[in-house]
Amino acid sequence: MEILITALFIFILAIFVGFEVIAKVPPTLHTPLMSGSNAISGITLIGALICSGPLDYKVSTLLGFAAIVFATINVVGGFLVTDRMLQMFKRKN
Amino acid sequence: MNLPDLIDISYLVASVLFIFGMKCLSSVKTARLGNLLAALAMLMAVVVTLLDQGIVNYKLIAAGIVIGGLIGTITARLVQMTAMPQMVAVFNGFGGLASALVAFSEYHRLGSGIGNFVLITILLGTFVGWLTFTGSMIAYGKLQGIVTQQPVVYPFQNALNLVITLAIVGMGVWVVIDPAAQPFFWAIMAAASLLGILLVLPIGGADMPVVISLLNSYSGIAAAMTGFVLMNKVLIVAGALVGATGIILTAIMCKAMNRSLTNVVFGAFGQVEASSSGAKDSGYTGVKSCSAEEAAMVMESAQSVLIVPGYGLAVARAQHAIKELADVLEKRGVTVKYAIHPVAGRMPGHMNVLLAEAEVPYEQLFEMDEINSEFERTDVALVVGANDVTNPVARNEVGSPIYGMPILNVDKARTVIVVKRSLSPGFAGIKNPLFESEKTLMFFADAKKAIEGLTKEMNSL
Repeated sequence: MEILITALFIFILAIFVGFEVIAKVPPTLHTPLMSGSNAISGITLIGALICSGPLDYKVSTLLGFAAIVFATINVVGGFLVTDRMLQMFKRKN
Repeated sequence: MNLPDLIDISYLVASVLFIFGMKCLSSVKTARLGNLLAALAMLMAVVVTLLDQGIVNYKLIAAGIVIGGLIGTITARLVQMTAMPQMVAVFNGFGGLASALVAFSEYHRLGSGIGNFVLITILLGTFVGWLTFTGSMIAYGKLQGIVTQQPVVYPFQNALNLVITLAIVGMGVWVVIDPAAQPFFWAIMAAASLLGILLVLPIGGADMPVVISLLNSYSGIAAAMTGFVLMNKVLIVAGALVGATGIILTAIMCKAMNRSLTNVVFGAFGQVEASSSGAKDSGYTGVKSCSAEEAAMVMESAQSVLIVPGYGLAVARAQHAIKELADVLEKRGVTVKYAIHPVAGRMPGHMNVLLAEAEVPYEQLFEMDEINSEFERTDVALVVGANDVTNPVARNEVGSPIYGMPILNVDKARTVIVVKRSLSPGFAGIKNPLFESEKTLMFFADAKKAIEGLTKEMNSL
């Protein structure tokens, strides 16, 4: 139970940090922010790694493998496309 | 220090990097660095996770990362900026699916010896994960034009969704009482997938910015739930951060449309009623149309031009053409600025990205609140493929479905040129009195061809 409460604490406080950190984001950055945070949501890759960790080929391991593929697409694609977009934002020379 | 502690401390550092990354992402100057920091945090979290003693199946893991990495890289390189909303929707869906698969995997691995708390978080992750996946896929289909952009409505829609939700809750309780009841677990996955489809289908194309923001939030929450299942702190933190971003963007989008979230998600029916009644009085009188030459002549005598881009510009891929026109105007000493409505385009900030792609400097892009007072001092407002966000009815007609929606005060400019293919209504399905105003010239053409023609005429003047 104690671990659960600690985890809940972290979860709730992190949401508040999220609100504070990006509350004033300018509209120009809405799309990059969304695709960047989208890439971060691929953090579930960590979970996928843990699931596919054991050296066996049980259903749970294979599900983990599938999760790795989808999460990696999300992470790699998300960060790359965000960078591609941000590269284009230029000031007047 | 032992290995688990080292892993935990690295997770802490990664969490801090994620927060810094997000912070930097909210300012134009540091945004690229922010994205890099977040990517670095991700890499760090992945590498230290691989040190975990339980993880030994390196071949399988490497294969998964290579396959996913390749697909991700290719997609990110090839995607058109106009298709950015679709791509974000797909990636979102994959994130949700990955979380759902992790939850499924844990349910399988733990079998009947599973604790109540872990089981509840698995069920939550399953629910949010599958819903995010199918909902995002429908959103993708709508944005790509595979699924109709019109709201899909049928009787007892909300009642049906409620029944499905209650069924999921009921089956969830059953699974917690009897963890071996596998068919119920499968049924929950199926029902959550169905719910994702049913919730997004009734939402119209113009409301997509809200849906994408909301799904973005869900994918974060799904990841955080996975964090609870595995008791992994970096997953919880990163998931919560993404959840918060999605919520903020959703709120901004709803405010920009003067609609509540409940109205966007459950209100499709009302919207359809509005469009059918609006169609009846769509007759326009006294519309003045113009050619490229006439439009160029009006522009020539202007000193200030405000460009108002809408979704039509994105569809016609006219962002480069508009930049060219702006260059010609500036060479003649005309002040050019862009007025951007928060929900112009199909995702938050979409128009800004398109114009950035055409190398329009971001200092020239102004948000609604900054620019609205400038219309009355502007000689020409050039509206390209925008409709509802310029409709003065939102300001003064109490009964209108869009009454109260913040709009760009285009009608206050001295002359208005509207580039549009026809007089067809926008997504709100109502008439726009701006089009028949004394000072409006309608330039009926495809946005790209029209702007290119206009530039040509300007050059020959």
